[in-house]
Amino acid sequence: MNAVLDPAVLADDELRSLLRSVEAGSPGAAAFRAVKLDRRGFLKLTGLAGGGLVLAFSMNREAGATEAGAEFSPNAFLRISPKGVITIYNKGPEIGQGIKTAFPLIIAEELDAKWSDVQVLQAPVNPKVYGRQSAGGSRSIPDSWDQLRRAGAVARHMLVAAAAASWKVPADTLTTRDSAVWNGNKSLGYGALARKAAALPVPDAETVKLKERSEYRLLGKSYTGVDNRQVVTGAPLFGIDQQLPGMKIAIYQRCPATGGKVRGANLDEIKALPGVRDAFIVEGNGKTTEIMPGVAIVADTTWAALEAQKKLRVDWDESNASRDSWSELVKRAAEAGKLPAGDKVVANVGAVDEALKGAAKTVSAYYTYPFVSHAPLEPQNCTAWSHDGIVEFWSPTQTADRALETAAGALGIAVDKVKINQTRVGGGFGRRLMNDYMCEAGAIAQRFNGPVKLIWTREQDLAHDFFRAGGFHSLTGGVDAQGKLIAWRNHFVTFTHDGKVPSSGADWAANQFPGLSVPNYQLTNTLLPIKTPTGPWRAPRSCSVAWVIQGFLHELSVAAGRDHRDFLLELMGEPRLLEGGLHTGRAADVIKVACEKAGWGKKLPAGHGLGLAFHFSHSGHFAEVAEVSVDKDKRIRLHRMVVVGDIGPIVNMSGAANQCEGGVVDGFSTMLGLEITMENGRIEQSNFHQYPLLRMANHPKVEVHFIQSEHPPTGVGEPALPPVAPAITNAIYAACGHRVRTLPLTKEGFSV
Amino acid sequence: MASINLHVNGKQLNADVDPATPLLWVLRDSLGLVGTKFGCGMALCGACTVLADGNPIRACSTPVGGLAGQKITTIEGLAPSAKELHPLQQAWIEHDVPQCGYCQAGQIMSAAALLAKTPKPTDADIDAAMAGNLCRCGTYQRIRAAIHTAAGKLAGSKA
Repeated sequence: MNAVLDPAVLADDELRSLLRSVEAGSPGAAAFRAVKLDRRGFLKLTGLAGGGLVLAFSMNREAGATEAGAEFSPNAFLRISPKGVITIYNKGPEIGQGIKTAFPLIIAEELDAKWSDVQVLQAPVNPKVYGRQSAGGSRSIPDSWDQLRRAGAVARHMLVAAAAASWKVPADTLTTRDSAVWNGNKSLGYGALARKAAALPVPDAETVKLKERSEYRLLGKSYTGVDNRQVVTGAPLFGIDQQLPGMKIAIYQRCPATGGKVRGANLDEIKALPGVRDAFIVEGNGKTTEIMPGVAIVADTTWAALEAQKKLRVDWDESNASRDSWSELVKRAAEAGKLPAGDKVVANVGAVDEALKGAAKTVSAYYTYPFVSHAPLEPQNCTAWSHDGIVEFWSPTQTADRALETAAGALGIAVDKVKINQTRVGGGFGRRLMNDYMCEAGAIAQRFNGPVKLIWTREQDLAHDFFRAGGFHSLTGGVDAQGKLIAWRNHFVTFTHDGKVPSSGADWAANQFPGLSVPNYQLTNTLLPIKTPTGPWRAPRSCSVAWVIQGFLHELSVAAGRDHRDFLLELMGEPRLLEGGLHTGRAADVIKVACEKAGWGKKLPAGHGLGLAFHFSHSGHFAEVAEVSVDKDKRIRLHRMVVVGDIGPIVNMSGAANQCEGGVVDGFSTMLGLEITMENGRIEQSNFHQYPLLRMANHPKVEVHFIQSEHPPTGVGEPALPPVAPAITNAIYAACGHRVRTLPLTKEGFSV
Repeated sequence: MASINLHVNGKQLNADVDPATPLLWVLRDSLGLVGTKFGCGMALCGACTVLADGNPIRACSTPVGGLAGQKITTIEGLAPSAKELHPLQQAWIEHDVPQCGYCQAGQIMSAAALLAKTPKPTDADIDAAMAGNLCRCGTYQRIRAAIHTAAGKLAGSKA
């Protein structure tokens, strides 16, 4: 037997690797960039009904391979019918970040298409053709920007060539706009040119001329989502909406404590219940990211499955299961946090202890935040069907590309025996980067003759998450006589699955701000072992540490008697690019504009305060200013949040602003009252009454401004969230003098 | 099991189900109307909101057996015709309200019940009427704006 490796440890190792790759751009994206477009290039013309131009990039993996002998993977992004309908394929998962609108807009811009001529379809899952097909790390736009622009530009180039041939004029005398090629006042529509363009050679996508930003007609304006009409009329878009002939519904019961195995269950009794087709034990592979042991119930209807689940009795073997206790972990962390440093050194710059001794003023504080759940409103679900030698999925996944291999591995089949249909996703937030529900559905489908839709209940969704890890920070900082920050020491008590490195999403990098901006800086870890799965949650790491960083910086600015804005700007210093991507000039710009828009320094009503915070994450520079009021009963009201971001040029203004508005609500909701706790390995919160997301009456007014710098565009699903919590707690301090050091706010007696 | 007669979106439909079955699963599994969503199963999130005789109810927690004789309207039946959307649906599109979109059918149904009784709602009216509907993506600001826009259109069309 091989060395015994705890599957839970393996799963966390994979999660950390997943997080790294998502943030760096997925392997699929790297592979796409590495693959050279076939030098001669060609358009693959297919005899689709109605004819027309189908643009498909051919990617030839073997340099020098002959066209006849090589295997080509066509990369179809768009199609133009002779009637002028422009069909654009969206390759990425739509998880609410608006990519199904943004990606086609980028193609349409370079194509010079009229947006109303465009219809958008979801592309098949095939990363060999499309490159990256994941949604995570706010990487969709930066990873695909060039690829999509070139897809549109190649088509435009060919349509111009076709028009030039028709008019017998040089191509460079022609222009394009509104889905047509123009020669002075004469025009030829793209539909009319489609057949002719289809017969032309395809130019090298790498050399085709792209538009200048000043020539953009579509990008930067506001567009409503391409699926919005279907959303508001209740069309079957989501994973959970999939219906296949003969489809049955499955419920899968896992051990409430992670790592428990099934000894036995009352299967005969369950199988005899009305509407139940089958019930069986799935051994699983013990990986939280794939298939944990459990009992499957397959029934005619969801209600029959849910009723049967109520009667299911499973004898769990919990000998190797989680016994995590949040109350114990809190005590152990507090004990560990009494020491100025942990045994794992992450960063040690200068001489922090000496600098603190010599500081004019020092501040010490202990910050804690809890585990939280992703809680997407669409519970985990997946439809799977084992048929004709393949397993086919209809899956609301964030990582359709990776899911091919994950599912194949978990089910013991070849990757080419897995087919995935991408559905709309009812909320990602990082939860669906993992494809555990999909592997489970596949495993059940392999045991059942016919299509099966696996549905998780809300209770299961909260119990079996990859939680945002809680954390504990024992901090001391010092300023000199001029009020300048000279020393920062953080003993970060965090969690580990393998005993060696922090769990997924529970680490803090050495170059995280202000690590490179303080002359004496120390970051150490104490690692507390746990078994509860953790993972990436919207703006992983930043979603928790930004609050600690920006809250403690505010404390230090107050101790120094300095204005917070000035203190932050001084810390940024001269405009320069720091390792890790933070540009201090872009940071200073968003801080200044946020303060200006919010009226920093203005006179406020009694009980009101403004709070500022900045954070750089996912290539986005964001500063936010909260206006909060606090009454004598510690009831708070978030009146207004000003968000200023620099993510380069904006693709869809409405979509980008929506992400920021939602990020503020998510950040406020989470820091206000959300907390996941566990005892005896069991998650204690079961449904929304114990996990109270923010409701309509308490949403703030959110104002979003973008500094559209000349830097390449980057993503916006995540980076607006991290500054929310510190802006609010800094505003609470300004309003009432209470320094919040424990989240959620309800722990310190606040309510809305 | 029993044969249950339901009046859904202007049609008489029949479902052969246990009367204790929540309306949600009859709509989704038996009638194929999947616009009404499952979010919590405990009437906590509002994703399953439909109208029964014009009143918003949570279909996940309403046994179908008690709905005989009531007119059920789901998101699929809200628009006056296949070509014409309800002013709320139109406003939702204009304001680009949805992010993931999963909660929006329930939000729109709650808003429809509100506007039917309170054609010119105040912000406080909206807070009260929409309190049962969670939006995990946080689109509340746009939902509020869209309700005001739709209310304005309804008022305009009646003037």
